[in-house]
Amino acid sequence: MSSYTQISPQRIEEMRALIGQRKLRDHMFAIVGLVCMLIAVLTMIASFASLLFDGWSRLTPEFFTSFPSRRAADAGILSSWVGTTLVMLVTMLAAVPLGIGAAIYLEEYAKQGIVTDIIEVNVTNLAGVPSIIYGLLALGLFVYILGLGESVLAAGLTLALLILPVVIVSTREALRAVPSTIREAAYALGATRWQMVSDHLLPYSRGGILTGVIIGMSRAIGETAPIITIGALTFIAFLPPSPVSAEPPFINFDWLFAPFTVLPIQMFNWVSRPDPAFAVNAAAAGVVLIVMTLLMNGFAIYLRYQIRKTIKW
Amino acid sequence: MANAFEGRLAHKFTRNIKERVIESILFLMAFSAVAITVAILAILVVESLGFFEHVSIFEFLTGTVWSPLFADAHYGILPLLAGTLTVAAVALAVAIPMGTIIAIYLSEFAPHKVRETVKPFLELLESVPTVVFGYFALLYFTPFLQIFMPGLPGFNMLAPGIVIGVFIIPYISSVAEDAMRAVPMAMREGSYAMGATRFQTAIRVVTPAAISGIVAAYVLAVSRAIGETMVVAIAAGLQPKFTFNPMEPAATITAYIVQVSLGDVEHGSVAYQSIFAAGLVLVVMTLALNVFGHVMRKRYREIY
Repeated sequence: MSSYTQISPQRIEEMRALIGQRKLRDHMFAIVGLVCMLIAVLTMIASFASLLFDGWSRLTPEFFTSFPSRRAADAGILSSWVGTTLVMLVTMLAAVPLGIGAAIYLEEYAKQGIVTDIIEVNVTNLAGVPSIIYGLLALGLFVYILGLGESVLAAGLTLALLILPVVIVSTREALRAVPSTIREAAYALGATRWQMVSDHLLPYSRGGILTGVIIGMSRAIGETAPIITIGALTFIAFLPPSPVSAEPPFINFDWLFAPFTVLPIQMFNWVSRPDPAFAVNAAAAGVVLIVMTLLMNGFAIYLRYQIRKTIKW
Repeated sequence: MANAFEGRLAHKFTRNIKERVIESILFLMAFSAVAITVAILAILVVESLGFFEHVSIFEFLTGTVWSPLFADAHYGILPLLAGTLTVAAVALAVAIPMGTIIAIYLSEFAPHKVRETVKPFLELLESVPTVVFGYFALLYFTPFLQIFMPGLPGFNMLAPGIVIGVFIIPYISSVAEDAMRAVPMAMREGSYAMGATRFQTAIRVVTPAAISGIVAAYVLAVSRAIGETMVVAIAAGLQPKFTFNPMEPAATITAYIVQVSLGDVEHGSVAYQSIFAAGLVLVVMTLALNVFGHVMRKRYREIY
């Protein structure tokens, strides 16, 4: 018993010192962590701010309505933002139905088994394949084997494959969030599986699916490497034929096969020129790109917040 | 009466057929994921086989000169591999310590408000187009580094490596933080009850418990770093050079593919096939990493 009470004052001092040392280490780490976080965040904010500063002088209405030019001061992003819009249209039309269909199958239809396992492993793996590899696939498959050439269609399909895993994973999460009582209620009323999916699951998980689609699209908008690989031109001083026209047949699909450029490629082209005047254009194009992706992501975050607030199962 | 019954049967029959058709279509959609993987491997392997008819595998794997676009063409992958590994090493030297510290800080130290503000911001960084980061590397980071290292050339592997490192920090911090937050509170409380500080708890209790998630985050970061294309293509110069010195300009596998795609390379030529051979090396590397990550996750997963 007595040994507990007989801790020498010297030993107590030692222990206090030890405790103090450990507390000091604790506080040191808190500071190190804060500093690391600030370095990462501030480096990025500073870079974005200087990008805005560099490109500000070129962000005029003419910048959006001019074709690229050999003179930096006249060059604009008309052909590239039109190209981006058309490519995104194809991407969305291809990736959204395919991704949602795949997710519905995996979440609602798939039976436990080897085929399902293989599909699941492939979806996970595809998400980890570097984007430029999709470009090589598209170069071999779309451009040459299917003969689509270096067209809007080939680019849109390439990006659709690239964002497919994103759409599948987020749609599955949205479907999983619908409680199984909803499914059981639909079945109890005699609904078939597809009736249950199309009348109940899809409407209820709409918001979550939309969030995933927007995040996927915002990734596709900034992708450069796979589009360069399929041979998108970097200097386009004309627009693809318009998809809609005033005279019959009103809608045409020539634009699908037109050569094109997109915003990130235009920016890449300007960055890699030695003339510093073009760097200003690149900065301005970069600002446009960042604003576009931030708006899309901001909208997705807002949507997610709204869903969380309104839906209470 | 019998008619109505038969009508119902017919309705049920068509309904069942419709269900079957829909299920088959949905299955095909899901199976497209497998088809894409097979297509990627098939295209890469077929074109690479064409490439290896002209170039011996031995030269490809051991040659130290890569010059497919010159008259005196050499096809040794080692310079591209060295560039890829050097850039990835620089990136990871930045991202792994910073990402891990930020993850520990956000999960164990940061007040709720800080975490809820910083996390979405870091996740927004993931969506910024990488071509913009290429601009940063070439026009902001290289001049900045040249202040301290006057001998640094305008194109080098250091600046793109650092920039890639900074923008993959969110991949590490966000996945690792999720893994740490998944560690049950009771384990932390047990550690605090024994008199441990937050730092001791974070290092000796939470980190070991979350190690499989943290390793998964590292694997994700490595595969992003070796697959990153635009930053390197813009800021590292495009000359393949067999060097591991980050102060020198060099080309990576991805940058080489971009360089060839930008020029006029004839379909079916050896240079055309060479980008598929290079791509195959890249895919094998990322696949090996993914498998490694999967094994690590299985082996060290702690279930509570």
